[in-house]
Amino acid sequence: MTGTSAAVTGARLVTGIEHLREASTVLLGVEHLELTYHTDGGAVQAVSDVSFDLAPGETLGIVGESGCGKSSAARAVLRLVEPTAGTIRYGGQDLRALSVAELRRARTDIQIIFQDPVSALNPRRKVKHLVGEGLSIWRSGTRAQRLERVREAMEAVGLDPDTFGDRRPRELSGGQCQRVCIARALVMNPRIIVCDEPVAALDVSIQAQITNLLEDMKEKFGLSLLFIAHDLAVVRSISDRVAVMYLGKIVEIGPASAVYSSPAHPYTSVLLAAVPEPDPGVPIPHTPAIGDVPSPIDPPSGCRFRTRCPRAEQLCADEEPVLRPYGQKGNFAACHFPSEAVAAIGGRA
Amino acid sequence: MTGNQLQDPPLAAGIEAAAVPDPVARADGRRPSLWRRLRRARVLYWAAVAWLSVLAAVALFANLLPIADPAEFVGRPFTPPDWSFPEPLGTDNSGRSQLSRLIFGARQSLAVGLLSVLLAMAVGTAIGMAAGFWRGKVDRVLSLLIDSMLAFPPLVLLLALAAALQPTISTIVVALAVLLTPTFARLTRGSTLAYRSREFILAARALGAGTPRLLGRELLPNVLLTVSSYFFVVVATAIVAEGSLSFLGLGIPPPAPSWGGMISDARSSLSLHPEQVAIPATVFVLTVMALNVVGEHVRRRIEGSGPAAG
Repeated sequence: MTGTSAAVTGARLVTGIEHLREASTVLLGVEHLELTYHTDGGAVQAVSDVSFDLAPGETLGIVGESGCGKSSAARAVLRLVEPTAGTIRYGGQDLRALSVAELRRARTDIQIIFQDPVSALNPRRKVKHLVGEGLSIWRSGTRAQRLERVREAMEAVGLDPDTFGDRRPRELSGGQCQRVCIARALVMNPRIIVCDEPVAALDVSIQAQITNLLEDMKEKFGLSLLFIAHDLAVVRSISDRVAVMYLGKIVEIGPASAVYSSPAHPYTSVLLAAVPEPDPGVPIPHTPAIGDVPSPIDPPSGCRFRTRCPRAEQLCADEEPVLRPYGQKGNFAACHFPSEAVAAIGGRA
Repeated sequence: MTGNQLQDPPLAAGIEAAAVPDPVARADGRRPSLWRRLRRARVLYWAAVAWLSVLAAVALFANLLPIADPAEFVGRPFTPPDWSFPEPLGTDNSGRSQLSRLIFGARQSLAVGLLSVLLAMAVGTAIGMAAGFWRGKVDRVLSLLIDSMLAFPPLVLLLALAAALQPTISTIVVALAVLLTPTFARLTRGSTLAYRSREFILAARALGAGTPRLLGRELLPNVLLTVSSYFFVVVATAIVAEGSLSFLGLGIPPPAPSWGGMISDARSSLSLHPEQVAIPATVFVLTVMALNVVGEHVRRRIEGSGPAAG
């Protein structure tokens, strides 16, 4: 019981916040975020003690399998679903402490783009009204100013306002719909855009266009992105930092280069191994995860990945691992037996 | 040569036509069968539209038409139809003009049908949207209310209401609206639930939209479209219900003409003067059928193009 006894404070397991940076240097700070859904089958802890931060101009990628809680975490940050616990620091205030009216105003700085752009657009409205929706909600400027702002945003995302302004979502392709969604977020002059699997529903040929567009917009408007995806290749191309989630918890977080080149957590290795290699000469690496994802209603004790982990031992069932620095600089993993850690740090204390 | 083309075996033509979705421009230049052409031209639909338009027009301008007062005696009772003016449809058992009574009856039937459905739609949509939007306790209470109203036998409800209230045109409208409200409420609730889970609601909230805007600007236009696709079909139901009430003598009180009342009046002399029942019954059936045909068409158009299908 050495070292990791800090993992247990009171009755609650703590995944650790050592990876968080100085509060003054970050734009968004999320600490101990919890989100529990109550279903007929029992309480599902979709997000369990998740902490991360986002610096200005940074892109944080969040990856994980379907159902690992990454979308729930993103929505909880905006309080689109109400988190059960945790703090969300933005602009010197805790978003969770705000009243509904204050939240409505504060939230306009943080916009969200969804996976299914068709579902994210009201089918009965025209594109120009969809893009200008935020402006008309807040009645900012005159009607002419709003229209001008809409035109600018549409041009910024590569949609000709004269061609597309009067169309309805049904008359657009998936990629065009996603552009409308991006324009709708941009008119609010946001500082952060949460991208909830923004390309997963699009054709492969369109995915790169939208990813590039998001990068361009990020540069042009100085945005920070919270980029959620299950596709590691997409995340790699766009992210400065990457967080890997498994069953509601962050298991590894660090600079994209570190996470991809030398993953410390066995789950990250498994995920990376699942990315198809374009070169047929490269042998398929074999680090299989055993079995299926356990039910989030009754997650395994200790490390949640242990039931599928090739390296699991008794300790993993007894104690929850805390996020600690492993591998390259700035990389953190929640694992008792991380790869390379044995060599690099000489094992757990 | 054209003669040859017309003599093609119909079976082969049928198979061809079935395989080719748009037989107008068939590659072999053969003309599609008469039935197919009629169906494509939607003769039934346009006939229904025409019938309803004429009916609505004469009902609306009944006062201006050169017809007798529906309460006035214009001839001997039971004058058979002579298909010529001034009384082409003859007279009823009191010697009043059948044509005039049909037209003024149309006014009552259509007014009652439209008004009761509009009222039911307004109330039902509000209830259904509230249940679907807030869910939880609100939904449980409202759904219980809807279900218990739907479980009540409609005719018994109508009879009870007719007994409790003075039968006037407005009480009948209200009674029918009460009867139809749960249908709309349930329809709206389902539609609201479906749209509520769509991400444009979350997107609007992220942009700062409050509850009134979510309900009024985001949900209502979508929900209303789905609900209004049932409008004509439900109007037909309402007209049938009003006819039944009038037939039972609990509808629009005499001497005001109504279709159900006309059928009811003529019932006793059915064996001697079957046309007394046949004429209003035919108009009634045609109208209900036309409403159903148009309603079905509208519903398919909306659902085909609509958001519900994706």
